[in-house]
Amino acid sequence: MGNAFYLQNVLGGLAHGSLLFLIAAGFTLIFGLMRIINLAQTAFYLLGAYVGLSLGLHGVNFWVSGLAGGIVATVVGLAIYGIFLHRYHANPLTALLLSLGFALIIDDGSLAIWGGDPQSIAPPKVFAASIHFGNLVFPEYWLALVVVSTVIAAGLLLFQRRTKFGAIIRAAVDDEEMTRGLGINVNRAFYFVFALGAFLAGLGGYLGGPITSAYPGLDGELLPLAFAIVIIGGMGSLEGAFIASMLIGLVNTFGRALFPELSYFTIFLPVAIIMAIRPQGLFGRKT
Amino acid sequence: MTGRPWSNVAIIGALLLLAIAIPRLGLPAFYVSLLTQTWIYGILAMSLDLLVGFTGLVSFMQAAFFGIGAYVVAIAATRYHFTDFWLTLLIAILVAAVTAAAFAALALRAEDVGFIIITLALNEIIWGLAYQWVSMSGGDNGITGFLRVDVGPFHTTGNAGFYYLSLTALIVCLTLLTLIVRSPFGLVLVGARERPRRMAALGYNVWLFRYLALIVAAMFAAVAGVLFAYYNEFVGPGSLSLDTTVQILIMVILGGTGTLIGPLLGAGILVFLSNALSDITQRWVLILGAVYVVTVMYAPDGIVGLVKQLAARARSRHALAPAAGSMPSAALNPREGPER
Repeated sequence: MGNAFYLQNVLGGLAHGSLLFLIAAGFTLIFGLMRIINLAQTAFYLLGAYVGLSLGLHGVNFWVSGLAGGIVATVVGLAIYGIFLHRYHANPLTALLLSLGFALIIDDGSLAIWGGDPQSIAPPKVFAASIHFGNLVFPEYWLALVVVSTVIAAGLLLFQRRTKFGAIIRAAVDDEEMTRGLGINVNRAFYFVFALGAFLAGLGGYLGGPITSAYPGLDGELLPLAFAIVIIGGMGSLEGAFIASMLIGLVNTFGRALFPELSYFTIFLPVAIIMAIRPQGLFGRKT
Repeated sequence: MTGRPWSNVAIIGALLLLAIAIPRLGLPAFYVSLLTQTWIYGILAMSLDLLVGFTGLVSFMQAAFFGIGAYVVAIAATRYHFTDFWLTLLIAILVAAVTAAAFAALALRAEDVGFIIITLALNEIIWGLAYQWVSMSGGDNGITGFLRVDVGPFHTTGNAGFYYLSLTALIVCLTLLTLIVRSPFGLVLVGARERPRRMAALGYNVWLFRYLALIVAAMFAAVAGVLFAYYNEFVGPGSLSLDTTVQILIMVILGGTGTLIGPLLGAGILVFLSNALSDITQRWVLILGAVYVVTVMYAPDGIVGLVKQLAARARSRHALAPAAGSMPSAALNPREGPER
């Protein structure tokens, strides 16, 4: 186990963390604003992966396919939110249970449309090669994914901190009623954030596809990881979600390499310990 | 319900006789096995109802204790050639209780939605062990190679024998759980669910009561897990996956939270529906999801709640007097008004 081993796993872990961030970002934003835990978030990821896959198979450009995956997830997400979930802001538990039902429906619907076999997604041609660096070999695409995800994270943070709409969202997180009282249309922020969360997950589904591939049940496998991220990062914290995503990605990758029999343990044991010491997460605020 | 105890006794007696008679009615063995599954899942769903319905804790880790019960049976029998039913059951209950004691201490540090997230993460620890600790758990392939054992008068190799074993277990668990929720302990749980601060002010250690409820519920789940392992003569990680968690949650909500009988009914509906629908269509999970969504939205008190409502309406029309309201759903309706 030389340096190559560590470098390889660090890169793999960051790439894994990058796709996790695209799920967790929406998760944490939606919760932060609406107090809704959207269990369908990873189902959006799967949906995006499958939609992109279908387009990719017809020769559509990789990034366009990814965007299309994100857009379909957005449309489905907006329908779920607009018709059902938006009534249950005051009752987060009902919203959570409802989103679980939609996760089941999306998962099984995808199984009906795209079948049960795992389908791999090819990385874009530009990044299809592998980088050879000494005796270290890794796909270029991993690096590309890390860059894309980091750019998205930076963009989200800038949006949240520096734009007027971001300020409205922050205000609504802090005090929804007061924000409404100022004559601001908070509902628009709700719809926007839910759509954004669904879009990022759907986009992540196809962009992460070359790493996770797409198969029924993938959403159920990713959900606990997304949970671990928001526990560690703190619900509602964007930068917390980013750091925790990378952390979970690294721990997961190293765990699988070093303790293949206990890699889940290596993720959730730290989570349990963090819970015990800081229930609001590393970056979360006490409410 | 009050005021008509004798009709209740008669109904319960008739149902019990029917349940006892079923294997002798000449029904296809298929139905007997579906009912056996119903009794086993019924115990599991009722154990979750103790938490969701009575304590107000929506735990996503109940499947873990079900799985622990099942894996204790399989590991004891295959690795240690230990096949005594009662001792295995005892060990399974103890292991589940000890695990629950640790998990509950962590989970109770958070409330409401945070509690759900943590319990889900904790469930994943156990699932991860079952799925990845191949040398101990057989990984994805699970564990086979152990057989049902006869228990007292029950010759469990036959379908009827196992049916009676699980029916007996169900009745014992239902009785115990009913006694628990009607005991002072159970009343404190409900009180703490409705008005935690008032209960605390009255001198009850709310945290401790919830903690104990989590442990007790885990013990019942382990009983169901033990039966489940023997029934299938197989244990796999699916038994404690998120899918199982979701299914038992649906059983509880569909049947009616806080009623014990409701979750049993929900278990039956899910077992039969999944079998009937999977004959007709492969999309039964989709249908299940839709049924579930409709239940959560329009009948948050489940089937039992719905029946109670209709009965109350019919009665009030007869008597022209306002009927006593049924117990409000614990999990799905927010507390009314600010806490006092």
